[in-house]
Amino acid sequence: MSISKKIVDDFVANDISFVTTVPCKQLAGVIDEVDARDEIFHIPSNKEDEGMGLCAGAFMGGKRPAIIMQNTAIGVTINTLATLTQYYRMPLPMLISYRGELREPVACQVEMAVHTKALLNQMNIPTYHFHKESDADELDAILKYTFMCNKPVAILTDASFWGGYGDQ
Amino acid sequence: MIRSEILREIAPILNPHLVVCNIGLPSQELHMIDDNERNFYMLGTMGLSSSIGLGLALAQDKTVISIDGDGSVLTNLGTLPTIANNVADNYILMIIDNGSYGSTGDQPTYAGKKTKLENVAAACGCENVVTCQDVDAGKALQAAIDSKQMTILVVKCDSGNIKLPVITKDPVVIRDRFMTAVAS
Repeated sequence: MSISKKIVDDFVANDISFVTTVPCKQLAGVIDEVDARDEIFHIPSNKEDEGMGLCAGAFMGGKRPAIIMQNTAIGVTINTLATLTQYYRMPLPMLISYRGELREPVACQVEMAVHTKALLNQMNIPTYHFHKESDADELDAILKYTFMCNKPVAILTDASFWGGYGDQ
Repeated sequence: MIRSEILREIAPILNPHLVVCNIGLPSQELHMIDDNERNFYMLGTMGLSSSIGLGLALAQDKTVISIDGDGSVLTNLGTLPTIANNVADNYILMIIDNGSYGSTGDQPTYAGKKTKLENVAAACGCENVVTCQDVDAGKALQAAIDSKQMTILVVKCDSGNIKLPVITKDPVVIRDRFMTAVAS
């Protein structure tokens, strides 16, 4: 089974039915998989804070949401995480491509990578880092934890997890 | 008419429906005029009223009205293509366009200058864009609700504010009672 299929299987098994995405090359396979599933309404966002607003609305409408985005988005969404998702106590699994880690070919990506965990830590956001494919075995438990505690939870997935950048 | 006068006039039309209300004075005014469990007040996060409302409309069948402002829509302009391309016929985005950032001291917005949000919405692909003057807001809102078609309603009005207290309700209480109303 592909890792993208396994991830989306875990989403569906945890009743996640509303997923917003902002693309990243690393996440292309999982975004395709989200788009292909009948159980999930896939709504691409133009910006990640917009996506978090969509997810907040969907949650209040009775759906379990998730957002898929790049780690650079942490720089865009601090205010939304603090004053919407956390302030109103809403659950939000955030599947994040952790650009700028080992095997990264684009130097500028490192500039946000060095801040990513510090910002998540400052926000008291539970954070998990998938480095090897077997790390995703915990995804089911992480999703259950997210909807148990009504918090945003970050799942950082680095290049090694996705098998490198191929021919980029 | 200024925004608070419009809200007072349309409050009976809003009352039976789910309302997501913009941060700052709009929420404070609606809270004062007709606080009820079908209102979701934004206490932070300028710009996301339209996004929260769209997510809510897509997730369930009840009519959802997002009350937004021209300044807030400009903050989150990417919302309009998302709305246009994900049609929810139970969704109305009502932009109260007074050409100014009311909650922060009535600084002018670009919507009060050259930019016409109704044209932006149409250019983004929104199919039912209605522009009206303040005195016609109630009639236009009721027509949008009755049409059962996703509508972007731009209400042109004067800038100006009234003095009123901030909302002190706990955000989790606002969210919880709103979710109970959504599910009822």
